[in-house]
Amino acid sequence: MNAREHTLADYARSAVTLPGAGVPWLARARRSALERFVASGYPDTHDEEWKYTSVAAIEKQAFRAASHRDGDLAAAASLVDQLALGPGAGHLLVFVDGRHCPSLSVPGRLPAGAHMTSIGEEFETAPESLEAYFADDDQETIFAALNTVFMADGAYLHLARGVVVEQPVHLLFIATQDGAAGAIISPRNLIVAEEGAQATVIEHYVGTDGAPYLTNALTRISAAANASLTHYKLQQEGAQAFHVAGIHARQAQGSRLSSHSTTLGAVLTRNDISTAFTAPGCEATLDGLYLVGGRQHVDNHTRIDHGAPHGTSHEFYRGVLDGRSRAVFNGKVLVHPGAQKTNAHQANHNLLLSRDAEIDSKPQLEIYADDVKCTHGATIGQLDDNQLFYLRARGVSETMARSLLVHAFAHDVVERIRVAALRSRLEQILFSRLPQGERIRALA
Amino acid sequence: MLEIRNLQASVDGKPILRGIDLSVKAGEVHAIMGPNGSGKSTLAQVLAGRDTFAVTGGTVFYQGVDILPMAPEERAREGIFLAFQYPVEIPGVSNVYLLKAALNNIRQHRGQAELDAMEFLALIKQKMKQMEMNEDLLYRAVNEGFSGGEKKRNEILQMAVLEPKLAILDETDSGLDIDALQIVAKGINALRSPQRAMILVTHYQRLLDYVVPDFVHVLAQGKIVRSGGKELALELEERGYGWLEGAEAAARPAENA
Ligand SMILES: Nc1ncnc2c1ncn2[C@@H]1O[C@H](COP(=O)(O)OP(=O)(O)OP(=O)(O)O)[C@@H](O)[C@H]1O
Ligand SMILES: [Mg+2]
Repeated sequence: MNAREHTLADYARSAVTLPGAGVPWLARARRSALERFVASGYPDTHDEEWKYTSVAAIEKQAFRAASHRDGDLAAAASLVDQLALGPGAGHLLVFVDGRHCPSLSVPGRLPAGAHMTSIGEEFETAPESLEAYFADDDQETIFAALNTVFMADGAYLHLARGVVVEQPVHLLFIATQDGAAGAIISPRNLIVAEEGAQATVIEHYVGTDGAPYLTNALTRISAAANASLTHYKLQQEGAQAFHVAGIHARQAQGSRLSSHSTTLGAVLTRNDISTAFTAPGCEATLDGLYLVGGRQHVDNHTRIDHGAPHGTSHEFYRGVLDGRSRAVFNGKVLVHPGAQKTNAHQANHNLLLSRDAEIDSKPQLEIYADDVKCTHGATIGQLDDNQLFYLRARGVSETMARSLLVHAFAHDVVERIRVAALRSRLEQILFSRLPQGERIRALA
Repeated sequence: MLEIRNLQASVDGKPILRGIDLSVKAGEVHAIMGPNGSGKSTLAQVLAGRDTFAVTGGTVFYQGVDILPMAPEERAREGIFLAFQYPVEIPGVSNVYLLKAALNNIRQHRGQAELDAMEFLALIKQKMKQMEMNEDLLYRAVNEGFSGGEKKRNEILQMAVLEPKLAILDETDSGLDIDALQIVAKGINALRSPQRAMILVTHYQRLLDYVVPDFVHVLAQGKIVRSGGKELALELEERGYGWLEGAEAAARPAENA
């Protein structure tokens, strides 16, 4: 069976179990997404957008839509204990193998006008308002279409005009050993901020190292005029997992989006992160960090559409590559005609710790307006010999000297996280991954 | 304390040190002078363990031990300190972390207990005061954006904190204003003791007015061509290097000599 036949059969088998089966527009959206997938299949490396990232291994696995029955809730519960931001620190929604798990969630008290629920539930109870956000969009990757076909659950956050949610919303997606094995998990999230609303959302993926599975996530974000959204993503999937995810935002006048994405886990990761400025005066910051080793492959594709004047975007991605790992960074910035006074800055810096690691970094600036300021820079380097020798000449061991320099490099991205509990979590992860990291931590 | 015999080193196959002999005893201060490019920094870096330079011949014994096989950090822990001619900037690593990491390692090696946070800060602040350094510099990244003079003072601060047995100061006096030179000289003199030795690489008599050397050597084309007492430095100041016959001899490529 080829990928198309496999997917058709899988859809035929699982369609009735998917939420919103009785909602006509949703059924239409799923079908048109399925048609797009069947027409094109998985991309190969002749496709410019997938030139350095082969998904042949995903195709070969022939994952099946997750059944959501086998998950080990006790194991998930103990993970929640470890990973929750802490008592009173945030609104926690937990998803196990792709389905909302109310018993492990701690939503807390949200201000009036803030509506947080699972998207599966919203499909069943109030699907009318959602239609506009769920059409298949062929600007998004074929994996986005696949997500629309199989999406079973995810988070829905709606903020009415002017509503400010102070504490972060923490969306924790847990892939369990048995529930995820051989499955495709398709989380779908929707964040809608009406005029002037503000919130911080953390999308957090964790998994176990046992068997391969695919997380194919899609998050859409809508920021109305002067809304301000901060989005963090922390990817700690299992060692054999595949993780493909899209985060796509649309911004109205004067809105602000800040995205911060950290990739640590999975054998193969592909992130597509985009935002589109649809009105003047928008601002976006896209920060990212990838720390990979072994045979990990991570591909970050970002895209910023400056579709209106007076927009500002900053991009700051850093990668540390060890072992035989490979990374791809593709930063597309499109300044549309008429988007005057655009200010776009992009930087991607990479540190290669091993001779066998490889990075392809490519800025892609397409500018169709004349009064703009766009800069970009990409660097690829090893640890600096002069710096290493200087530290060692002060009695610092080579191992620790290397770790100090790697830490300094990665920390520049970590320190941009404004949620203290998340920042210290990541600092802790950083120390735990560095040889002699605990000794470095002790210096503070 | 330090016995260098016929030391030869090269970089990319190009000989730079071409047979250095130098003997330094505890308590002594040796000044090394010589024209630009003669190999002074190379000698200093080879002693500290820089592997950019290949040692192609000769021996270096420090406290009776052959140090050539030792890693830079082992040498540092044994008490060798190099103040760099060009101190390296390390963005993202704060000065105080480096001092703490360095001191912890060295104390551990000496079998001393680690200082607790209070003791450590008290020590550093006392030494900074001695060096008349602004405490802000502690929390900045190592040497990043430091002025030339601040970098040199920072080197001496590290030396004062680590209390080495053999200090090799590579042009620590260059780029210092008159007051800073006195402060740095005071820092160096404070460490002089019968148990310690120092090698000062310098171009100027100025520093040697404050830190009076026991011996002065002239390095030219990778060899020591003249050694003498402190008067030699004064003579060099007056007459330059041209008059030294040995300097010319050494200046001829070795294979033609
Ligand atoms: N990494 C290197 N690669 C190539 N040549 C080098 C390297 N390091 C030093 N050299 C060369 O070795 C010679 C000696 O350099 P060194 O820095 O030791 O001189 P110096 O006596 O300290 O000079 P100065 O008084 O200018 O500081 C010079 O010709 C220099 O260009
Ligand atoms: Mg020099």
